[in-house]
Amino acid sequence: MSFPWAKPYEPKHPLMKWMDEKLPIPRLVYNATGPGYPVPRNLNYFWNFGVLAGAALMIQIITGIVLAMHYAANVGVAFNSVEHIMRDVNAGWFIRYAHMNGASMFFIVVYLHIFRGLYYGSYKAPREMVWLLGVVIFLLMMATAFMGYVLPWGQMSFWGAQVITGFFSAIPIVGEPVRQWLLGGFVPDNATLNRFFSLHYLLPFVILGVIILHIWALHIPGSNNPTGIEVKDEQDTVPFHPYYTAKDGFGLGVFLLVFVALTFFSPNMLGHADNYIPANSLSTPAHIVPEWYFLPFYAILKAFTFNFLWIDAKLWGVIAMFASIALLFFLPWLDSSPVKSSTYRPLYRIFFWVLVADVLLLGVCGAMPAEQPWVILSQLGAIYYFAHFLVILPIVSRIERPLPMPNSITEAVLAKHAADTSSAPAAA
Amino acid sequence: MASDPNPNDEQENGVRRRDFINIAAVSFAGVGAVAVVMPLVAQMNPSADVLALSTTEIDISAIQPGQAIKTSWRKQPVFVRNLTTAEIAEANRVPMSDLREPQSLADRTKPGKENWLITLGVCTHLGCVPLGAAEGENKGDYGGYFCPCHGSHYDTAARIRKGPAPTNLVVPPYAFTSDTVVTIG
Repeated sequence: MSFPWAKPYEPKHPLMKWMDEKLPIPRLVYNATGPGYPVPRNLNYFWNFGVLAGAALMIQIITGIVLAMHYAANVGVAFNSVEHIMRDVNAGWFIRYAHMNGASMFFIVVYLHIFRGLYYGSYKAPREMVWLLGVVIFLLMMATAFMGYVLPWGQMSFWGAQVITGFFSAIPIVGEPVRQWLLGGFVPDNATLNRFFSLHYLLPFVILGVIILHIWALHIPGSNNPTGIEVKDEQDTVPFHPYYTAKDGFGLGVFLLVFVALTFFSPNMLGHADNYIPANSLSTPAHIVPEWYFLPFYAILKAFTFNFLWIDAKLWGVIAMFASIALLFFLPWLDSSPVKSSTYRPLYRIFFWVLVADVLLLGVCGAMPAEQPWVILSQLGAIYYFAHFLVILPIVSRIERPLPMPNSITEAVLAKHAADTSSAPAAA
Repeated sequence: MASDPNPNDEQENGVRRRDFINIAAVSFAGVGAVAVVMPLVAQMNPSADVLALSTTEIDISAIQPGQAIKTSWRKQPVFVRNLTTAEIAEANRVPMSDLREPQSLADRTKPGKENWLITLGVCTHLGCVPLGAAEGENKGDYGGYFCPCHGSHYDTAARIRKGPAPTNLVVPPYAFTSDTVVTIG
């Protein structure tokens, strides 16, 4: 589905005509990422991050398949097989560091992609399904990253597995049996490592499948844009190729520069030294923290230090942590403002940046030990996080008076262009 | 007969023979699918060899009062602690109303062996190994164990006193096979 003015696919070469009749993959590509897919003309660089996330997933899949050729999922040899990759396998150090830092890069671009969606209201009608599928992808990514982190069977791997599967033991009555079922034992052990390896190999392909649905759902209404105004006619759009293939290509180059800089110059910056100590089930590291991309959620987990009502602190923490993500599924209906972009929402824009600051604060609290003042800060941060979505957003979307909006994307673009050209000589 | 090509198609109440066959076939396939899921789910549970490691024998003769050792049962750490008389007295002084999970020291030890406190070394919050078993480790605000992960404090009877853990450290099933040997499990 596309706009009526989309350029039709017309194969010229007999071979392409033959292919189009048998299996129209070139037609699909042409209409999805080629000249046959019109896209708003005003997308800024924040619209690069979807493509970058896709690139990051492909890097993870390729490096991961290669690593699996040298890794052994057995508690007796897993740690040493990772060291074998680092020291003995040709270019093994590079492939493993790329995979390790690739996970961080994947989360960085996905977080920017999510906050782009929040700022420009991309989760709103008619793109609710795009958002919902995105949250599913985010959950799958978290599960995949967690299980991948267990595979080297270092101290952080082991204790991460112990603590995260411990979440399930908070469920009344069935919790402990569920945890033993997940682990295949009473503590993380060989059965756990093997199943995590199996699932860590599987889930990226499930993610790939959901990404296809995510893009399919996106291509029905087409991309949102910085004004949040829907496309009205042909002059509001440009063909995806060559305009956005070029723009995404440039963004991909910048992304790869950051990625290789991290991989080559500071490959362990985002990791934990404790994970270079083999797993020891009788000794917990003094300070266990998850990978950086889980820290805000970990802070919400740790924020509950007291029993409240008839539910104990442990279950509250686990409920709050899962709820903080599950909440995102309801976002399209919590924000009832018909205006999408923060550009025209003066009140929402302020609260958006407060939310960004709050998530960063929670991230810091998550990395800190469970002591004051971090406990009280994570409690305040967690309260604000929920208040943003459940209280502030519904109220703001009702009382806010949006700024005057242009009639179309083209009008917005031309007004900006006129302002730029008239101010340029004055500045000179 | 000519007006109704297949008399079995339409019964008087509107239910056709074919409807019954449809429901029966789909139900049967559904039961079969559920039956296949059962072993696929069950294979995730602890296997026989994991369950087989379920008893551990410990020689406690060398543990002096005030000392503790760390051993393992079902691959989980176990703390065996020889309490001093002062620690026993401190544990017995605590009123039950102060406890999150009210249990006396006597509830948590064997009769006549009140100095032998045997618990899992697994914090009931999220499963870290608390400190306090080895000499010089932080024993927390209540002189028992302290979990560094999220700051749970346990007293000299290994009962939860402060922090996010919901319950006392678990006392595993065990028996004294002699005065110096304990069998856990």
